Amino acid sequence: MNILRKLGSWDVVVLVALALVVIVGEATIKGVGTPVFWRFVTLEVIPIAIIALPLTLIVITGEIDLSVASVMGLTCSVMGSLWAHGVTSLPLLIALCLLLGAVLGAFNGLFVTVFGLPSLAVTIGTLALYRGLAYVVLGDKAVSNYPVSWTSNAISPIPGLTIPWFVIIVGVLAVLFAVVLHATPIGRGLYAMGNNAEAARFAGVAVARTKFWLFVATGAMSSLAGVFWTFRFASARADNANGLELAVVAAVLLGGVSIFGGRGGLLGVIGAVVLLSTLRNALQLASVPPNTLTIVTGTLLIASVVGPNVVGMARERLRRRRPA
Amino acid sequence: MTAVDTAAPPRTARATRLTHRVFLVRELGIVAALVLLIGATAISNHRFLSAQSVKDLLLGATILAILATGQAIVVITRNVDLSVGSVLGLSAFATGTLFLDHPGIPIPVVLVAGAALGAVCGAVNGALIAAARVPALVVTLGTLYVFRGVDYQWATGKQINAADIPQSFLHMGTNTVLGVPILTLFALVVVLCAGFYLRSYRSGRELYAIGSDPAAARLSGIAVGRRVFFAFVTCGALAGLAGVLYVARFGTLDANAGLGQELNVVAAVVVGGVAIFGGSGSVYGAALGAMLLTTIGSALPVLGVTPFWQRAAVGALILAAIGLDRALSVRVTKSLQRGVHQ
Repeated sequence: MNILRKLGSWDVVVLVALALVVIVGEATIKGVGTPVFWRFVTLEVIPIAIIALPLTLIVITGEIDLSVASVMGLTCSVMGSLWAHGVTSLPLLIALCLLLGAVLGAFNGLFVTVFGLPSLAVTIGTLALYRGLAYVVLGDKAVSNYPVSWTSNAISPIPGLTIPWFVIIVGVLAVLFAVVLHATPIGRGLYAMGNNAEAARFAGVAVARTKFWLFVATGAMSSLAGVFWTFRFASARADNANGLELAVVAAVLLGGVSIFGGRGGLLGVIGAVVLLSTLRNALQLASVPPNTLTIVTGTLLIASVVGPNVVGMARERLRRRRPA
Repeated sequence: MTAVDTAAPPRTARATRLTHRVFLVRELGIVAALVLLIGATAISNHRFLSAQSVKDLLLGATILAILATGQAIVVITRNVDLSVGSVLGLSAFATGTLFLDHPGIPIPVVLVAGAALGAVCGAVNGALIAAARVPALVVTLGTLYVFRGVDYQWATGKQINAADIPQSFLHMGTNTVLGVPILTLFALVVVLCAGFYLRSYRSGRELYAIGSDPAAARLSGIAVGRRVFFAFVTCGALAGLAGVLYVARFGTLDANAGLGQELNVVAAVVVGGVAIFGGSGSVYGAALGAMLLTTIGSALPVLGVTPFWQRAAVGALILAAIGLDRALSVRVTKSLQRGVHQ
């Protein structure tokens, strides 16, 4: 019974869909599944996955952060500006950027937990605010004269493979977040507050403090994604990653996390991130216009919430019809 | 039981009065901010209040105000429609195509066709949300992609130029009546009608009840599903209408019309004092919010601030607005509780 239930879980559905896309793609589209193909998929997956990890935890607690892409943009701007003003030590640059992200996340967390404002509205506000500050810092200039060693090192492959080494960092982070979410009291607390914040508070979960630190973590991780983005495209611009927030949210929701909180897991989310990027790259190789992919993404997202609901409603009806 | 019955009427009256006053304070607050902004800008540069400049201000706010009106209706029911930008794009391209294929088509038919197309998109949203009982944020994020994808598919790199659009239609985007652009009159009619409906019709009041507490609304016999469905149809129809007006204003368009507008619209609604979790606010506030956001955009350069500050200012304004709403609602709650304990 337990195994059956596991098989029917959304995580498995996403992973099966991913496997199907890979198998069918390899069989029908030339170039899918080659080492180069996986290199491009991974490059695309890395920044989205970095943000999706903490965002999953936030959505599970019933909150949301729409400012993630703007934090990326502001990080890119500040990094470009620092570099242009003579900060040439790479570790210092990265440390300052992560600190900046943590502060921006703390600002979100402050509004949500201390002032008790809805995170959807707050982060729409900071989405505009942070992106605006990115323009204030860098204007419409682009900083692209980073040392080639930095930009090529960031995306250089693992020796003997084509996949960029940065994926190892993402992997370690993913394991870290998965352990916190699925194997610690903190993680159980996140589900508890997503299901019922009031009850969780009475059960002794530090709701406000946990949420605050989640926003800080999301800010810092978004900055990390911003640093990667800058080096991958060898360019710091204020409009870097513009609009990426909805793509990340879409991946998290497609991964089976409930927008109302309390439900979902990291396996499904990572599966969804990889699924979307694989599908996009495969369809590109098949010279399907990118707009079809836009339609596919949207339909998948809708199906991911409508499907389980309709099945649940049908089951409920069947159960009622059966005599007790 | 009798004690409660006798105590109830004055308390309800008091609560109603208080809520009305807060509404008024909230909307007057935006008006004051708007007047302050326009006043300060006009003092630093007289030309900011020239006929041409006022016309540009009004024109700039028109499309956002119509979108914000539809969005406010949806947000009041504790839902959200992220697909409005895509619906606008779809309807704008449909309008252009209609003019290309049927050069002599009457303008009212085009307006109705655009609104109808938007209504169909809204019906798709509404049906998924009301019938399949799935969260609006997820569904409309999905249809944001689907509608935009359909738009791209349909347009496939085509561009429609002002030369393809009849002059009489483009004149709608430039001509004025008593200094007010014709397009803005559309927005005015839409806002007034929606405001009157929400305030004075039973089904309009029910939208607020649904937003305050969906479960309680259902238990008190309100057809929650049907009301929410029609809220989405209305929002879609208004986005469709905005698409037609977009063509009249800009003339030239491709499949990217309205791209990324969704969060601006939600921002305008929030700045206008509509609570993001429903149950309070008005379309007048939302329209004023749209007006304030667009005015900031044109006022900052006149005030000598680099345009790069514009988005940051908008962000700060949103945070200030929701902070103010929170402070007001805390005061109302406290004041009402004091009433109970007396």
